Amino acid sequence: MSTNSRPTIWEHAQSKGVSRREFLTACAWMTAMLGLPASAVAQVTKALETQPRLPVLWFHFQECTCCSESFIRSSHPGIADIVLDKISLDYTETLMAASGKQAEEALRDTMTKYKGKYLMVVEGSVPTAEGGVYCCIGGRTALDIVQEAAAGAKAMICWGSCASNGCVQAAKPNPTQATPIHKLVSGVPIINVPGCPPIAEVMTGTIVHLLAFDRIPQLDGLGRPKAFYSRRVHDTCYRRPNYDAGLFVNSFDDENAKRGFCLYKMGCRGPVTYNACGVMRWNGGVSFPIQSGHPCIGCSEGNFWDNGPFYRHLPNFPGFGIETTADKIGVGLGAVTVVGIAAHAISTNIRKRHLIKEEQAASEDVKDGRAEQGGS
Amino acid sequence: MQTQTLGRVYVWEIPVRFYHWLNAFSLVVLCVTGYLIGAPLAIQQASEASFAYWFGKVRFIHFVFAYIFFFNFLFRIYWGFVGNRYANWKNFLPFRKKQWKEIKQVIAVDILQRDNTPIETIGHNAVAGFTYFMTFLAFLFQCITGFGLYAAMSKAWLPKLFAWIVPLMGGDFAVRQWHHAFMWFFILFALVHVYIVFYHDYVEGRGEISSMGSGWKFIEKEYHPILKDEKPASGIKK
Ligand code: HEM
Ligand code: HEM
Ligand code: SF4
Ligand code: SF4
Repeated sequence: MSTNSRPTIWEHAQSKGVSRREFLTACAWMTAMLGLPASAVAQVTKALETQPRLPVLWFHFQECTCCSESFIRSSHPGIADIVLDKISLDYTETLMAASGKQAEEALRDTMTKYKGKYLMVVEGSVPTAEGGVYCCIGGRTALDIVQEAAAGAKAMICWGSCASNGCVQAAKPNPTQATPIHKLVSGVPIINVPGCPPIAEVMTGTIVHLLAFDRIPQLDGLGRPKAFYSRRVHDTCYRRPNYDAGLFVNSFDDENAKRGFCLYKMGCRGPVTYNACGVMRWNGGVSFPIQSGHPCIGCSEGNFWDNGPFYRHLPNFPGFGIETTADKIGVGLGAVTVVGIAAHAISTNIRKRHLIKEEQAASEDVKDGRAEQGGS
Repeated sequence: MQTQTLGRVYVWEIPVRFYHWLNAFSLVVLCVTGYLIGAPLAIQQASEASFAYWFGKVRFIHFVFAYIFFFNFLFRIYWGFVGNRYANWKNFLPFRKKQWKEIKQVIAVDILQRDNTPIETIGHNAVAGFTYFMTFLAFLFQCITGFGLYAAMSKAWLPKLFAWIVPLMGGDFAVRQWHHAFMWFFILFALVHVYIVFYHDYVEGRGEISSMGSGWKFIEKEYHPILKDEKPASGIKK
């Protein structure tokens, strides 16, 4: 990217009165956030000195803005500031000063001037029922906006579970047909950053990666950055030794809960949830749900609202009523099978009586020595 | 009916029998350990985590038997191509007209018990064969979902080959739930299967139960692969 009209990140920082020392400190922070070794600081610094600021369009559709809230609460003072400074946030409904016509103009401007160069960021899912009328901005449907903006985007980040997998508004019966973004657009590299909300450092880390390397980070099978989503909460959980030892909380008010045993039997979704909570924790590393005694609800996994109830290991079996687990169905089927077997056994003794009698008679012949060649 | 003259037929070769019992044993172990993984025992105790490892051991046993089960299954597929005619893969798929006829017959004779015409087949009858085919599909499903889940906890290359199932099913949660639900298929299968083996032994008197131990079945002369072409009363192998 070499749009001369845009100053590089370092130039922009200087114009804001940032000293070289402050700039280098920020570069070191970012390197650490990417999980890179100290030796990579130089590379990140170089990138920020030469990269122009990235134009960003940040859209809000069906969502609660918890992703934005999380983002601006990045733990280290100013990290979000730094990132917000490093990008050129040309359009975002919640943070921009402009409104109405001016806002729409800013959007149009960026879309035409930086076609193929801007980063598109989406918070929220898009409803597709009834032609998309359930979410309209400036008289246009979210569906329309997403498709138009995506066509000229260099890459796209989908913040939170809403944009990456639909979250609560896509839970059954999903009346508005809320749809995650990756199912609506193609041809643009998409990074999913799920979580309800995602951890602030994960969000800033993802952006910094794009800024520093001008490249999509390594993604897993569900399009999530491997740096933050390659391990399960369970693999980094500090209660894990209790799990391996078979020491479980059996109810929220028992002795085991006081001792801080594993929450697996309380429905903990840690073993099936990919997120960085166990490592980065929340609110500046203060704690995370499990540390506060609550099982993980799997907020960064698709369908987590439908995989309930949260406080039971085995969920309700799809298609059956509430409180019906696979085990209950299995026991029921087992009972039916045993009854069926018993019925069949009785029937066999009635219907096949003659057959068996004949065979018995034949073998009695042998016993009596009346037959020369008995069965063997 | 006259006195039966029976001849021995070597049906299940040693590899098939070995496969069968290893498979049955590992399935029992996998069901028991799998169930425990899904619903661990509630132990109230003041122990420290560093002194115990029972849940880790249960999982370890599950994974060891998962490998045994998987390779045993692969071996059986291989044996379906090189084993004797009773082990051949063609017994499992009703491609031939004769098999379809037999399916109807088995339903009439053994399930609805409407008539008593003897079923000729010496190895798996057509219904049994097809049921085992469905069972093999369930084996495959269980291996794919199991190794798919295992990929997240293992560095080995084998489980990684199955990692694709996770995004396909939408996440570990769904994979795990279906892996759990399929356990019941095996439990139901084993119940019915063992009953049917005893049923056949009782009704047909061919030595069905012992056949998976010794390999031999006792077949009426008129259906015996060798004896049926020979004159009666001569050369019956004992
Ligand atoms: C074919 C017979 C098998 C049965 C009946 C079976 C059954 C089960 C059950 C009931 C669970 C507990 C699921 C839950 O509620 O969380 C489980 C877990 C699991 N099984 Fe199997 N399984 C079988 C084969 C396999 C195979 C072939 C593998 C391959 C590696 C495997 C790997 C796993 C894994 C990785 C878990 C999760 C364990 C954990 O997270 O600690 N299973 N299995
Ligand atoms: C958990 C328990 C068991 C499982 C999972 C199981 C599974 C199977 C499978 C998969 C086959 C197909 C064999 C092949 O051709 O590859 C089979 C066949 C057979 N099994 Fe089992 N088995 C179990 C227990 C038993 C028991 C207890 C007996 C009797 C003593 C038995 C006797 C037989 C016999 C006789 C056949 C051949 C059936 C036929 O003629 O079609 N099995 N079993
Ligand atoms: S509390 Fe949850 S994440 Fe932690 S070890 Fe137990 S099951 Fe795993
Ligand atoms: S512990 Fe689980 S539910 Fe809680 S924030 Fe992390 S991923 Fe979401």
